[in-house]
Amino acid sequence: MPISIKMPALSPTMEEGSLSKWLVKEGDKILAGDVIAEVETDKATMEVEAVEDGIFSKILVSEGSQSVPVNKVIALMLEEGEDEKSIDKFDISNSEEQNISKKTIEEQKSKSEESIENKNSKLEKTSSINNNIDKVLPAKVVKIDQGLKKVIASPLARRMASQANLDLNIITGSGPKGRIVKNDILAYIDKSDNSNQVKNISEDFINNSDDYTEIPNSNMRKIIAQRLTQSKQEVPHFYLTVDCIIDDLLSLRKELNNRSKDGKFKLSINDFVISAVAQSLSKVPETNSSWSEKSIIQYKNIDISIAVALKDGLITPVIRNANHKGLAEISNEMKDLIIKANNNKLKPEEYKGGTFSISNLGMYGIKEFSAVINPPQGAILAVGKGEQRAVVIGGALSVANVMTCTLSCDHRVVDGAVGSKFLTQFKEFMEDPVSMML
Amino acid sequence: MTVKKTYDLIILGGGPAGYVAAIRAAQLGLKVACVEKDNVGGICLNWGCIPTKALLKSAEVFHLINNVEKFGISADNIQFDIKKIIKRSRDVSKKLTNGVNYLLKKNKVDLIKGHGKIISPNNLLVFQNDSSINLSAENIIIATGARSRDLDKIKSDGVNVWNYKNAMIPEKLPSSILVIGSGAIGVEFATFYNAFNVDVTIVELQNRILPVEDEEISDFAEKIFKKSGIDIICNSNVESINIQKTCISADIISKDKQIIKEFEKVILAVGIQGNVEDIGLENFNNIKINKNHIEVDEYYRTGQSGIYAIGDVVGPPWLAHKAMHEAIICVEKIANLKNVNPLNLLGIPGCTYSIPQIASIGLTESEAKNQGFDIKVGKFPFKANGKAIALGDEEGFVKTIFDSLTGELIGAHMIGTDVTELIQGYSIAKNIEATEEDLFHTIFPHPTLSEMMHESVLDAFDKTLHI
Repeated sequence: MPISIKMPALSPTMEEGSLSKWLVKEGDKILAGDVIAEVETDKATMEVEAVEDGIFSKILVSEGSQSVPVNKVIALMLEEGEDEKSIDKFDISNSEEQNISKKTIEEQKSKSEESIENKNSKLEKTSSINNNIDKVLPAKVVKIDQGLKKVIASPLARRMASQANLDLNIITGSGPKGRIVKNDILAYIDKSDNSNQVKNISEDFINNSDDYTEIPNSNMRKIIAQRLTQSKQEVPHFYLTVDCIIDDLLSLRKELNNRSKDGKFKLSINDFVISAVAQSLSKVPETNSSWSEKSIIQYKNIDISIAVALKDGLITPVIRNANHKGLAEISNEMKDLIIKANNNKLKPEEYKGGTFSISNLGMYGIKEFSAVINPPQGAILAVGKGEQRAVVIGGALSVANVMTCTLSCDHRVVDGAVGSKFLTQFKEFMEDPVSMML
Repeated sequence: MTVKKTYDLIILGGGPAGYVAAIRAAQLGLKVACVEKDNVGGICLNWGCIPTKALLKSAEVFHLINNVEKFGISADNIQFDIKKIIKRSRDVSKKLTNGVNYLLKKNKVDLIKGHGKIISPNNLLVFQNDSSINLSAENIIIATGARSRDLDKIKSDGVNVWNYKNAMIPEKLPSSILVIGSGAIGVEFATFYNAFNVDVTIVELQNRILPVEDEEISDFAEKIFKKSGIDIICNSNVESINIQKTCISADIISKDKQIIKEFEKVILAVGIQGNVEDIGLENFNNIKINKNHIEVDEYYRTGQSGIYAIGDVVGPPWLAHKAMHEAIICVEKIANLKNVNPLNLLGIPGCTYSIPQIASIGLTESEAKNQGFDIKVGKFPFKANGKAIALGDEEGFVKTIFDSLTGELIGAHMIGTDVTELIQGYSIAKNIEATEEDLFHTIFPHPTLSEMMHESVLDAFDKTLHI
């Protein structure tokens, strides 16, 4: 009888997982212990091992399938010498497809490369989880993806990094195939010695340790530090600022919210901002781009990352294809994402791979500010508080609700004129929000 | 008559630097000309590494046969014929230069025979008997090598005072030889002639022979060389020589004494100078020459864009394997390949094929200390290694030096049978940046001499098992 391979439970709370990749083909001979697939949960990507020898015969759940329930049969294996026909007779009724959406592998790949977020912080727990679940798994989980790229480093480089308390993830390797070697560590230490005033400050404090509390850096904090430092060091930022008069937007918001009597939606100003950004990006796609050494990558999708403050850091959940979504949809999705973010329940695909970011500090009373670009994205919009200000309209002084927005651009991707074009478009939508519904 | 030809890259010189550069460039799709006035293969194949190894093999075999009793074998009437020994050495050399010719041909490199002179940043004129060829290319690599250096007062004449080339093809064995200089070349010739019962004296200016090696290696080598009959005088200078009818009298001056001694021949082994003359460098103010070598940056660029220099002509260490690696780095950089890194000078092993052999890599113990390393030193002797005892070669040791902070292998120094074949283990370890832990857990086969390499590492961390 064919052996069925089931979606493993990779953690005690796991109910479903994404089948990110099959590592074997139908017809492959496999041995117990061979890694056959990669499964992604909200916590990590793990490799799944075969527990028996046999012929890998039939894939029932295709690559890229998401939300595959635990214990669903995902593939069939034949024992040595077994006839292929027995596959046809085998009852796979328990593996009916249930709303499995497909995504291309390419998409997933590019998104995982862009991941910045806090998967690491969640990983700390997984080793103990692994011990608990090993025995009951239908397939064995062997390896945990660290959440960031696999680090290749020489033994000496590893030791030097650990002695210097450096995270190898933040060091670029110059050795064969990008391996991090001794010189890379020395160069990094040298560079940070030259520019490390922070270090000096902390050294001053160390002399009288009664004066401070030491808060160990969480993984999220380390990643924020690394990514944003890298951004400010490598990305040539410049800033463009506009004031948007949002009186019309406020009244439209009021009107629309009044229509939501059943409470199906409650639009915030930020939801309008997201929509206006998405519509502007579709008009000025140059702003929806990333720099790479070889070329500029202009994204076809408009996936907007929105910075959400957390207790110990921040995360940027993504509204995907925001240009195709209505205000209510954006609004509800955003609320859902914020709740998940606060409960640490965002799935990787929910916070990875945005193409443009928005950071809104209006609710904190900030009038205006400049944000740091979130690489590899090419721009970020910093949104200030909408407030009544004195403005001159048609030669006369009047009072209007004004919101100041500042676009930070990566000059390698977005030139001043392009950034201005985007902001002008954005301002138009903000000031005449009905036009973006056209 | 001048013929014109155009290439992507011209390489001046067909030695280990030049021919390797030519092959690598051809592999990368460049159209390459290699200009050589003599045989390809350079000093290495024609008058250096290879033919001397053939000579030293004869010396080793003769040495072994003379010491064969301890293996329970007796041999008498042991003879040697210096002419046949030299012929074998020349045949070996010829075989290999033919091999290089084949490789160049196989890679479609145009080998152009003649004397090359760079006349402009993109042009090189090759002078042949009664014609010349004007080659042009975007880039030119100078790989003209080096030659032995003369002393102000003592110059090689090919008859009484030999350079390495003369010393490799004696018509007959002299009764006595003065070797001036105790680097690898001097020590190897001393070994060779001493093995064939020539009375050999080495004079070294510095306070020890093999001055670039670790002090302990120098001391140990000196002891064994002396035991094998070589006379060694350090801290001394051959002030002058006086060539007489039947002998050469040498005036050897030390701090506190003067020795006048007579020899039949003198071998000059006092160093190397780059072949920078008569190749057109006078046409380029931007190309700097320092102590008879062309100055280059870490990717072998001279001050003149489009002109590069590699191998012995750019300076020490004058080693074929260094030259070959420089060739690859230089060419890959020219071809704009990614991830081309400068040569790690501390990763170049050095070998001396004396009896016993000497091999080393990285810093010596005193260099490491002077550079401020906190070090751990391990040592393991041949006499505690089973294979060495079985081979009857119990003289020698393996010394390793680690940075005690990081566990980096910063130096390794070996003396004894076959150590030149062993050192590559440490080269790999250094190149992949292994730490002591990686070496602890590497399994060295038993019984082999290589086990000493393991034990030496263990010893550096007080973990040695067999001592």
